[in-house]
Amino acid sequence: MAAPLTLLLIVAVTIRAVLFRSSLAELISERVEVVSPLNAWKRVVEGLALLDLGVSPYSGDVFHETPLMIYLFHFTVDYAEIVFMVSPYFVDCLSCLLASLDRAKIFRKQKYALESDRYPADCLELLRSPKEMFYIPLKVAMFYLLNPFTILSCVAKSTCGLNNAIIALFIFCTLKGSALLSGILLALATYQSIYPLTLFAPALLFFLQRLYIPVNLRRSSFWCFTLQYAFIYVGSLVVITGLSFFLLGSWDFIPSVYGFIFSVPDLTPNIGLFWYFFAEMFEHFRLFFICVFQINVFFYTIPLSIKLKEHPVFLIFMQIAIISIFKSYPTVGDVALYMAFLPAWSHLYRFLRNIFLVSCVLLACSALFPVLWHLWIYAGSANSNFYYAITLLFNFGQILLVSDYFYAYLRREHHLTHGLYLKKKDGTEATLVLK
Amino acid sequence: MGLLSDPNRRKALTNLLTRLNTPICIVCYLAAIVWFMGLAFEPFTLRTYMSENAMGSTMVEERFSSGERALSLAKEFDAHKRKAGGMPVEWLVKAMQARGLEVFTQSFSRKLPFPDENKERYMVGGRNVYGILRAARAPRTEALVITAPCSPGNSNNQAVGLLLALAQYFRNQIYWAKDIIFLVNEHDLIGMQAWLEGYHHTNITGMEYSPLQGRAGSIQAALALELSGDVITSLDLILEGLNGQLPNLDLTNLFYAFCQKLGALCTIQGKLQRNDWDTAEGYTHAAQTMMLMVLKQACGRSWGDHGLFLRYHIEAASIRGINSFRHYKTDATTIGRLVFPSSPGMLTVLTPVVISHLTGVALYLLPVHLQEMAVEHFPVSETEAVVLTAIAIYTAGLALPHNTQRLLSGEGTEQGWKVLKLTALLYLAVLLGCTALINFSLGFILAVTLVPITASITPHMPKALCALAMVLLSPAFTILYCVFIYQELIEAPVSVGEGWMLFLSVISQGILDHALYGSLVYPLLALFIYPCWLMFWNILFWN
Repeated sequence: MAAPLTLLLIVAVTIRAVLFRSSLAELISERVEVVSPLNAWKRVVEGLALLDLGVSPYSGDVFHETPLMIYLFHFTVDYAEIVFMVSPYFVDCLSCLLASLDRAKIFRKQKYALESDRYPADCLELLRSPKEMFYIPLKVAMFYLLNPFTILSCVAKSTCGLNNAIIALFIFCTLKGSALLSGILLALATYQSIYPLTLFAPALLFFLQRLYIPVNLRRSSFWCFTLQYAFIYVGSLVVITGLSFFLLGSWDFIPSVYGFIFSVPDLTPNIGLFWYFFAEMFEHFRLFFICVFQINVFFYTIPLSIKLKEHPVFLIFMQIAIISIFKSYPTVGDVALYMAFLPAWSHLYRFLRNIFLVSCVLLACSALFPVLWHLWIYAGSANSNFYYAITLLFNFGQILLVSDYFYAYLRREHHLTHGLYLKKKDGTEATLVLK
Repeated sequence: MGLLSDPNRRKALTNLLTRLNTPICIVCYLAAIVWFMGLAFEPFTLRTYMSENAMGSTMVEERFSSGERALSLAKEFDAHKRKAGGMPVEWLVKAMQARGLEVFTQSFSRKLPFPDENKERYMVGGRNVYGILRAARAPRTEALVITAPCSPGNSNNQAVGLLLALAQYFRNQIYWAKDIIFLVNEHDLIGMQAWLEGYHHTNITGMEYSPLQGRAGSIQAALALELSGDVITSLDLILEGLNGQLPNLDLTNLFYAFCQKLGALCTIQGKLQRNDWDTAEGYTHAAQTMMLMVLKQACGRSWGDHGLFLRYHIEAASIRGINSFRHYKTDATTIGRLVFPSSPGMLTVLTPVVISHLTGVALYLLPVHLQEMAVEHFPVSETEAVVLTAIAIYTAGLALPHNTQRLLSGEGTEQGWKVLKLTALLYLAVLLGCTALINFSLGFILAVTLVPITASITPHMPKALCALAMVLLSPAFTILYCVFIYQELIEAPVSVGEGWMLFLSVISQGILDHALYGSLVYPLLALFIYPCWLMFWNILFWN
């Protein structure tokens, strides 16, 4: 396992180093699919320059990173390339470890369930064997490191890679079982971009499951732990925000960062759904639709948590996917993060129904994004509708992927409790439909 | 989402698709070809119309009357050109200054990657001369460009003469609201590229040029003139630019409207419009014109000096005066009246108009090219070496299956070649789609030749026959067929040997275009289409 992993790391480093030194690096760092106003390297450099001059980096509405990020780069700006090279490896190693932790947990759970005869007799083939799961960490690493989206995001020096690293570290600490570290890292991730707030629920569910506390609103043990975790989380958030205030000396990072994320003033085209909609919105309705779009991101937490309360790890995956699709300024780096975890659910492959269609859609859209951008901006023979059509199709493909995996997961769980070959009351073969 | 989640309907639909796969493919292919050829069928085409923001051609008066002065200037220019042995820079500068323009020059130099045999050049260096006529009463924010190339020999003298006469005429008008730049460029497209790069402060092609001293604001439109004779019988409008880009259709319509108003004969692709649309002959004529345009657009070359403007989103077109000895079915007196086109009229409404010259292409357009054909080609020149190397790499790829079979896993299995075919077909589909979006003609030609054989290929077909079919339909042979079809369409058919030499020169011009102007056709064919074709070749030899 070590040898293939090392080979993979070497290949990934080579690809990134070659691209960093080529003329493509500048081209990639200007692509709107790869960088957004929130995480573009150009803006970080601008913010650093302002900071060096003694002016607040948030004056001028160019810089929208958090203060801790700017101070991090203040010290490492000369080694920026190394920082960006290291962060995917960070994510990658963490994902590897995550996958192996998850694997150990799954085996334990399966062993207990088998011993207690909880599985029907005919679904033994659904159980996961060590042999098939041996290579999952390597596959997860490969999916993240060699994903063209990650490579593009890294070469463009988008800080999305660092955000992904923090989220990966958070998931790692959660799976390891350390509530304190998990709360602190979740606070850090929320501080970076607000949307990881929704990951509070799955993390909480995971800890409750791990500590064998039943999720019952009437039990005091539930509230006891929830309040503890919430206290760690909120406390860390307050500490980090206060630290930023002291470092920066003023509160103007709050409207610049969080106000920017929520109110979406910058309508540069990207792979998200917000820009086109708000470009043609009348001012009168703008607030209403901002609220609707932002609630959309947070809204799925509660129903998904209720449905998947026994399976917090899958819930984390679903939440990350939903954040990547519906956030206000998505980039391909966000997409790469949840795609990296897909090999962990490779046992669901037999229940996926639309995977071919989804792969074709995502591939074709990734190829068409630069073509239609060129036609719109440079050749002048298309307009924003063409580009938004591809954006819509891309997001449709992503939503289909996520819902397909959801269906497959639930179906497998259903089979594990009710048997693999389902029969209707009259003996004919039944089919499962997700309604 | 019923179709995607309801299993019964999905099963029905997938069964239908898999059962009727072959008929659907054949029907789609034939429908595509019929629909494309139907584009030349007159009832399907739109009447030419003017969109709202173009000023009507009827609102403009043409008053240019200095035809003789332009002819005498042309003779002067010719004499000075012969004396200077190249571009008579000093004379041009003096002539433009005498007409009240602000004159500047730009020198440029470029070393071609290998010698260009068609134009006989390798180290190219020259100077562009341009004069700016400042608008009398407007801020200097926008500009128009009129350009005439300085070509060696007898060509394009009248264009430069007309340019200078126009400059003099315009200087006396007071109503110009945009600056007008009169540009004479040396070494046709290379000089034009140098000027455009200098004007827009870019450097996409590695050209060395001196920075431009004088500037006039953002260019709105450009017109390139190519006139080589005192007597012109018709005006050819050339539209196709680099990478198949075309200018705004309003430009074309404007030009037609003006020609009709003046009674001038306007041709496109060198062919006149006919009135008998509903006869077979009429349709053939229209289809031939359309195929000519498709072939020209597909090769991605800039067929005139205007083609490079399109990249900067400047509408441009080229006007070439043709003195043809053919018998037209039109009034002889109308032709006789045509000594000079009245370009001033065009220019006053030239806001969206940028007509690209399409003449530059492969020297097989100009009547002069037959002389190029006669040039002997041995011993093997550097150009030929490059071209033959490209062809050799191409042919070496044919041996690929034998070498990679041992490395690929899944060899010898049914599953293996099916997966490869699936991936290759998806890749081809995405590639053809993207190509068609950027350059429709190129995408269409590639699709017509590649799709039938690649869709039907399996390892179980008779190997020799299929191998022959695949090679005959490969991109290289497509280029060869296009060369022959093109020669037929311009009514200068060639023999096999001459066709082969033309084919080699087309490849070398393709490589040079990519190096000099950033044309994308050669990299596309070599880096994307060819590997795709190789994948299918591998499938054929799967064992």
